[in-house]
Amino acid sequence: MASTKTVVVEAVDVRKNYGHVEVLRGIDLRVDEGEVVCLIGPSGSGKTTFLRCINHLERINSGKLMVDGELVGYRRHKGKLYELNLKQTASKRAEIGVVFQHFNLFPQMTALQNIVEAPIGVKRESKADAVAHAHKLLTQVGLSDKADCYPRQLSGGQQQRIAIARALAMRPRLMLFDEPTSALDPELVGEVLDVMKRLAGAGMTMVVVTHEIGFARQVADRVVFMADGVVVEAGPPSQVIDAPQHPRTVEFLRKVL
Amino acid sequence: MAIPEATVTETRPDAQITEEVVPLRHPMRYVAAAVVLALLGCAVAGLAVNPNIEIGVVGQYLLENQILHGLWLTIVIAVVSQLIGTVIGLIVALMRQSPNFVLQGISWLYIWFFRGVPLLVQLVFWADFGALYQHFVLGIPFTNVHAGSVLVNSVLTNAVAGIVGLALAEGAFMAEIIRSGLLSVDEGQSEAAMSLGMNRGRMMRRVILPQAIRVMIPPTGNEFISMTKNTSLLVVISAGELFTQASNIYSRTFQEIPLLVVASLWYLLMTSVLTIGQYYLERRFARGSVRHIPPTPLQRLRRRFA
Repeated sequence: MASTKTVVVEAVDVRKNYGHVEVLRGIDLRVDEGEVVCLIGPSGSGKTTFLRCINHLERINSGKLMVDGELVGYRRHKGKLYELNLKQTASKRAEIGVVFQHFNLFPQMTALQNIVEAPIGVKRESKADAVAHAHKLLTQVGLSDKADCYPRQLSGGQQQRIAIARALAMRPRLMLFDEPTSALDPELVGEVLDVMKRLAGAGMTMVVVTHEIGFARQVADRVVFMADGVVVEAGPPSQVIDAPQHPRTVEFLRKVL
Repeated sequence: MAIPEATVTETRPDAQITEEVVPLRHPMRYVAAAVVLALLGCAVAGLAVNPNIEIGVVGQYLLENQILHGLWLTIVIAVVSQLIGTVIGLIVALMRQSPNFVLQGISWLYIWFFRGVPLLVQLVFWADFGALYQHFVLGIPFTNVHAGSVLVNSVLTNAVAGIVGLALAEGAFMAEIIRSGLLSVDEGQSEAAMSLGMNRGRMMRRVILPQAIRVMIPPTGNEFISMTKNTSLLVVISAGELFTQASNIYSRTFQEIPLLVVASLWYLLMTSVLTIGQYYLERRFARGSVRHIPPTPLQRLRRRFA
C-alpha cells in the first residue's frame, strides 16, 4: 500500500565544504512525517553540520536539500528560484525546532520567560496564550514547579528539558536534536530521553544526532550511520545496530557498545 | 545501612586532636604595617604644617560660588558626553558587526580616527571649528538653496565644543568596549535565538545585549571615571568647568596650590561616588549569572553589629 505520508526532509547528494575541507560529501536522506531518524557516527562525520544545513544555519554548496517540499534557502516564484531574505529565513527557522548539546537557554530569563520569548516576540501570540501553552509544556516535560527558576538554578537535565519545551512552544513541524544528552551527567540522561520518547510517541518528526545507541534502538524508525561526510549505512535499528552490513558500521558499533 | 549525616554534633573519639595547636604567626606583617603608617603619618603631618598649602584658603574656596558653578558644569558635561558617546559607540559597534561592507568600513574609519588623534588636539579643533566653517546651513550642498543658516560660533560655544569633542572621542572607545561585550556572549545564544526564528534586531535586543551588558560595565565605569577627569582638559578651551574656574581664580590671586587642592578634592569626590555606583550596578547585573552574591561592605558591617 502506497504511503500517504508527506516527506518532511529530503536530501539529494548534499555537499558542503568549509574552505578546502569537504564536510558533507554527498548525503542522501529522506525523513517522512512522524518518523524518528537517528544519526549516529564518529565525530567529524558531518552529522552536526548536516543538521545545521537543514535548519538554514549553513548553506550547502551543491545538491538538493528540501524541507516541507521547499528548497532550503530559496523560494519558488514563477519558475525561478529566489534567495530568501533575512526575514523569510527567520520565519523558515521558526518552523523547525532545535535542541542543542549545551542547551543554550537564555540565562537572564526564567524558565517560563525562556519558553514564551519566541512565541510572543516572533509569532506575536498574546501573552496569556503563550503563558498558558508554556505551562502545559512545562507539565509535559515534568517541570511545572520550576517555571520561575533561572537556568543557573537548574540541573543539566532540567535545563535540557526546558530547552525542549522552548523549542516545542513554537509548534514546529520538525524537531532537530544535536547530541541532546552528550553534555549531561549519566544519571540525568534518562529524564531527557524519556521526554524525547514521549515526543516521538506523540508523532513528532524528529532527527536526532546522538551517541545513545540504546535510545536509537528503542525509539528510532530508522538509524543512519554517517562517517567522513557520507551515509555509510541506513535502515531500521534492527538492521543497522543489531545486524550491521558495512564493516565501518561494525567497527564503530564495536567501539561504542 | 543508613548513610551517616554530613553534620555531626560531636567529634568521634578517635578523630580528636589532644595536643595544643599553635597557629602560624606573621610578625613581619605588623612591623611592615607600622613602618608604612609611620611614613604616611610623617608625609601627612609635613603637608599639614606646610604654610604653602594654606588650608584656610582651601576651606575658603571649597564651597565658593564660582567653584560650585564649575563643578555643576563638569557633571553636566561629563554625563552628556558619556551618554552621547555611548549611543555613538553602540551604533558604531553594531555597524562593525554588520555584513554590509560599507557600514563596516565606515565604523572602522571612525574608530581609527577618533582613537588616533589625541583628545586635547580634538578639543582645540572643535573650539576653533568656526575657523573651518563659518555657518551651519540646512540645505542642498554646493548650491545656494537653503532653509536656514546660523553662525557656527553662536552654536558652538566653548562648553558645547567640549561636549562634541569629548562625545565623539568617547564614541570610538565605547564602540570597542561594546564590541568586546558582544563578542563575549556565547555563540550558542545567537544560534538558539536564530533557531527560534528571531531576526537580528530582536536577537540583539532580547538575548545578546542583556548578557553583554554585564561584561561591559567595568570598562564603561572606567570610561566614565576617565571622562569626569578628562573634562579638566577643557581648561585649554576655557569651557567654564571646574578646572577652568579653579585656574581662573588662581591666575588672579596667585594661590595656585590651595586651588589645585580644592579642584582635586572635588574630582576625588566625584570619582569615588562613581566607583561606588559601579560596584552596586555590577551586583545588580550579576543576578542571572552568579550563584551566590557576596555581601556588600555595608551589609557586612550591619551583620557585625546586628
